[in-house]
Amino acid sequence: MAVGYNTISMGTGRPEFHPAKPRPGLEHYISEAGKAVIAGINQQGDLIDEAFIGNFQASLFNKQAHLGGFIPMIDPALAGKPAMRVEGACASGGLALASAIRSVLAGTGDVVLAMGVEVQNTLKAIYGADVLAAAGWYQKRKSGHAYFFPGQFSNRAGAYYERFGRDYTRKGLARWFKNAIENARLCPTAQEFENKVVDLEALALTEPNGKFFVDHLNVYDCSKVSDGASAILVLSEEGLKKCGINPEDAVEIAGWSQVARDITADPEDLTVMSATRLAVAKALKSAGISMNQVSTVETHDCFTIAGVLGVEAMGLAAHGQGAAFVADGATARDGVMPINTTGGLIGWGHPTGATGVHQAVTVWEQLTGKAGAAQIIINPDKPYALSINMGGDDVTVVAIVYKKNH
Amino acid sequence: METNIRLTNVAVLGAAGKMGSGIMLLTTMQLLDMKLSNQGESFSPVIQAIDPNLDTLRGLRKYLETQVLKAAEKKCVWLREVYKSEASLVDNSDFINRYVSDALSIVNFTQRLESAYDSYLVFEAASENPDLKVKLFTQIDQNSQREPWFFTNTSSIPIGYLDERSNLSGRLVGFHFYNPPAIQKLLELIPAKNTLPELATFAEQWAKALKKTVVISNDIAGFIGNGHFMRDLLYAISQMTKASRDFSIPASILMMDKISREYLVRPMGIFQLMDYVGIDVCQYILSVMDKFIPGKNLHSDFIDSLITMGVKGGQFPDGSQKDGIFKYAKGKIIAIWDPEAKQYANADEVIPVVDAWLGKMPEGIQPWQNVMKMANREDYLKKHFEILRNCSETGAVMALEYNSYSGKVGQALVDDGVAASTKDVNVVLTTGFFHSYGPVHSF
Repeated sequence: MAVGYNTISMGTGRPEFHPAKPRPGLEHYISEAGKAVIAGINQQGDLIDEAFIGNFQASLFNKQAHLGGFIPMIDPALAGKPAMRVEGACASGGLALASAIRSVLAGTGDVVLAMGVEVQNTLKAIYGADVLAAAGWYQKRKSGHAYFFPGQFSNRAGAYYERFGRDYTRKGLARWFKNAIENARLCPTAQEFENKVVDLEALALTEPNGKFFVDHLNVYDCSKVSDGASAILVLSEEGLKKCGINPEDAVEIAGWSQVARDITADPEDLTVMSATRLAVAKALKSAGISMNQVSTVETHDCFTIAGVLGVEAMGLAAHGQGAAFVADGATARDGVMPINTTGGLIGWGHPTGATGVHQAVTVWEQLTGKAGAAQIIINPDKPYALSINMGGDDVTVVAIVYKKNH
Repeated sequence: METNIRLTNVAVLGAAGKMGSGIMLLTTMQLLDMKLSNQGESFSPVIQAIDPNLDTLRGLRKYLETQVLKAAEKKCVWLREVYKSEASLVDNSDFINRYVSDALSIVNFTQRLESAYDSYLVFEAASENPDLKVKLFTQIDQNSQREPWFFTNTSSIPIGYLDERSNLSGRLVGFHFYNPPAIQKLLELIPAKNTLPELATFAEQWAKALKKTVVISNDIAGFIGNGHFMRDLLYAISQMTKASRDFSIPASILMMDKISREYLVRPMGIFQLMDYVGIDVCQYILSVMDKFIPGKNLHSDFIDSLITMGVKGGQFPDGSQKDGIFKYAKGKIIAIWDPEAKQYANADEVIPVVDAWLGKMPEGIQPWQNVMKMANREDYLKKHFEILRNCSETGAVMALEYNSYSGKVGQALVDDGVAASTKDVNVVLTTGFFHSYGPVHSF
């Protein structure tokens, strides 16, 4: 995997964002990310064999389906090549990566473009919540919360509070928020890059208000509403050579997994993300490694509680110990396991269909030393990284293990 | 009669006007929310939105639709709860649209005053004309079998006077919203001496249901808000007149406006406020106060002359400021009316004169916007007045004189029995006029 690119994550928090003013649309983001990748292989767009574009709800946010048709718009050299949109809610970007990996493994392509895009700020949040609710089972929409997914994860947080303690948990969630914003401040494309709040944990401890939002989470516990695109190439070794990419500028895909949980069934235990746990275990097994060999993780913190539950799903902390693990700084950029080093979904942003690809780009940047101010030190004894991209409430999960090339 | 029965048929007179439309919005949503909250009981309110102008009535419908939609978007969590038994409502947009539709369905938009004959409650927001108000009350009351309770939005006319002339026998209360009613928190409640106690109690409860900050004023023309504002304005005009012996009238106007805005930390200067309210409205309020409070010379030849010259101020239907004593561009003062030249004088030419006369603005003085955000506003204001006291420049001296006069007006409102306390006076000025402090203070 090589030649990644993230556009800005556009939305509230960015100084150039104004809800009442015209903004770039899908075409802009697809074009910017795609052209940047092609520029990274010396404008040789003809070398790209196939493209997958992850997107969740352009059909409703932008009244635009059929996104595969936008791939040739990027570069005339892509005309006539296979291109298709893939969808798995917020894991759509992960599915684009998985599809690209399959294509390379199947030998149908040596150079495959994986892209993700979402433009969500076309709707007010209260209507956007309807659109995003489609990531859950529609039969549950009627009984669900106005802010459907915050409601789902509020229920998870409530269950976690009840079992392990409210104040204890909220401290962990507040630290997760602090880490996210501090990391985002190091990444110019992050939505929270300009965040100037001094006492982030105090802000994050704002009491949830169920009368206007959800019972157990506040807005700081939630990821952003974002517009943006990310793109990266998945290549065979032959593809790397064709494109003239040095191995040290690429990362190896050491293992991966893709799992789905029954969308019509409630989670057996709200304090456990079972599909994520399974996906991580499968990906690690596929790579033949353990978490002890992983230097950094990009995980799907659509909500702070998802971050804490993700830590437990990875086995970094025992059940109920995730909040303490986070609160103690273990997941901070200088902790034992730096997680979401450019802010994750809460700090960098969450253009839903792009998020999985954004995670891969971030990992690629970290493992190849291209992360700029956000760069962390990769221990040579731990050359692996992991990304976890989740769709819905722990329903579709794509986990990928990457290895630094020496 | 059960109060809920009174709420089943409500009329708003002047419904499509500036104040009426805000009252319509608040009343419509409150009645609908009551209906939705009490689904076990049979409560089907209707609101007669009465206005003689068909075009503005159409505008009212559009205004309600837009504003109710915005409100519904903010309370969708609650809407999903109260409409949960409606199987066809699934997405937020379904609930929101249903609420807007339900809100509009309880309003009867009409030009016919006869529609109020079956109302139990009548909210009057017609223009500030006692004869018109009396005519409306009398006609409705004479044709109604329901002994309606009347609420008037008058900001100056004594309630007892209107009650007596309309033969309402205590079925009238002053219910003075501030502009815009949907936003402004303050409501002056003015029971007349003979207002029925049960009406006064109901009015206070209703104001609180609308989430208003209620201040009770005695029934003396101008009440608390205009009682202070008009005297404050007359003081500014008298100081302006004095200054105009040495300076041009535009410079003198701008001087007093700057002192009241910047030195006294108010959201707008005194003459800009006059434009905001409408110079013709100010003239009318003064005439009412002068009539009912004789011997106090509550009158201004200067204001009369402005009206004669067609300089009226006021607002456009979208809320933007019309030109008055000042000319505005994007809300900013760009010129000042010169009554002698009968044309506007460019502000850029007047400002240097004003600044030179007032002297250097003392260091450390903060603008109103900053002060309103301060957690320790009281501490700042103590420091602010200390700075003014330690400054010998003309601007600071005049500001302290103005402040002192304003405080005396506030105290006089209590001494004259208009307000129950200086606290009430201060609440009106800080809540209704957004002053950063009340006029009666010890800073």
